[in-house]
Amino acid sequence: MDDPLIIAGREFRSRLITGTGGASNLSVLERALVASGTELTTVAMRRVDAAGNTGVLDLLRRLGIGVLPNTAGCRTAAEAVLTAQLAREALETNWVKLEVVADERTLLPDPIELLDAAERLVDDGFVVLPYTNDDPVMAQKLEDVGCATVMPLGSPIGTGLGIRNPHNIELITARASVPVVLDAGIGTASDAALAMELGCSAVLLATAVTRAQDPERMAAAMRSAVDGGRLARLAGRIPQRFWAQASSPAL
Amino acid sequence: MNARVNGSLRELPDGATVAAVVELTGAPSSGVAVALDGTVVPRAAWASTPVADGSVVEVLTAVQGG
Repeated sequence: MDDPLIIAGREFRSRLITGTGGASNLSVLERALVASGTELTTVAMRRVDAAGNTGVLDLLRRLGIGVLPNTAGCRTAAEAVLTAQLAREALETNWVKLEVVADERTLLPDPIELLDAAERLVDDGFVVLPYTNDDPVMAQKLEDVGCATVMPLGSPIGTGLGIRNPHNIELITARASVPVVLDAGIGTASDAALAMELGCSAVLLATAVTRAQDPERMAAAMRSAVDGGRLARLAGRIPQRFWAQASSPAL
Repeated sequence: MNARVNGSLRELPDGATVAAVVELTGAPSSGVAVALDGTVVPRAAWASTPVADGSVVEVLTAVQGG
């Protein structure tokens, strides 16, 4: 079945976007990325002398996986805009996963700074994929300023708490006319499947795979879950009923 | 003269360019970007952009994250 994900006119066969953070080493990461089937993967921008390993770019190029720089660590719109511009220069892509977080403890998005940064980056020619709260109003505003997707969290980054407010995600997917990507909070395969069943167009995850006991196997699980959830969404689930309904004919 | 390079104060020869500072950091040959006093300097301009005394230079590359 031909069912590509299209973001800003670019077509993807895979609906799983992955991160690279948290993997214990590059060979573990490589096996996980291959097993996930992903075609788009995030990287962070850091100072050269503090970076340590920079082999991640070579790895993504070798695997033919698109690079999606993020603005992780940025706390203000100004920081995020500069980081995105540096990423564009360094990586020759105008795509950016926009993150502007309010504090280190929750890593929750700062909606005021986020919207400001999104608007400035769109004006500067970026394809902006913003990490946002699971707030339908904010999602609409981000879309209105020209973001290419909206990426609501299921729960805070790295918590693995899954989708804490499925109804909000459904409200967002029901109204959005850009792809909705469930970003952050995925803990296991059923969370990813639920995101797709709620109408998300894709799932972005990192920790759930990279810190799993067997990252390669979890990556394969996430791939199947995203595919399964997407199929179920397209198939149209049965309505929920209070009382039983026999599925065999009466005697 | 001195400049703050990736957070550390570094002594640089007078007339040092952005290209020289990048080399000083040991940055890889690709996948690197530079901000001079909060503004991106395109790679093509590195060799012709001088770093003034007291400048703040950030040399960034991609790492695992997100």
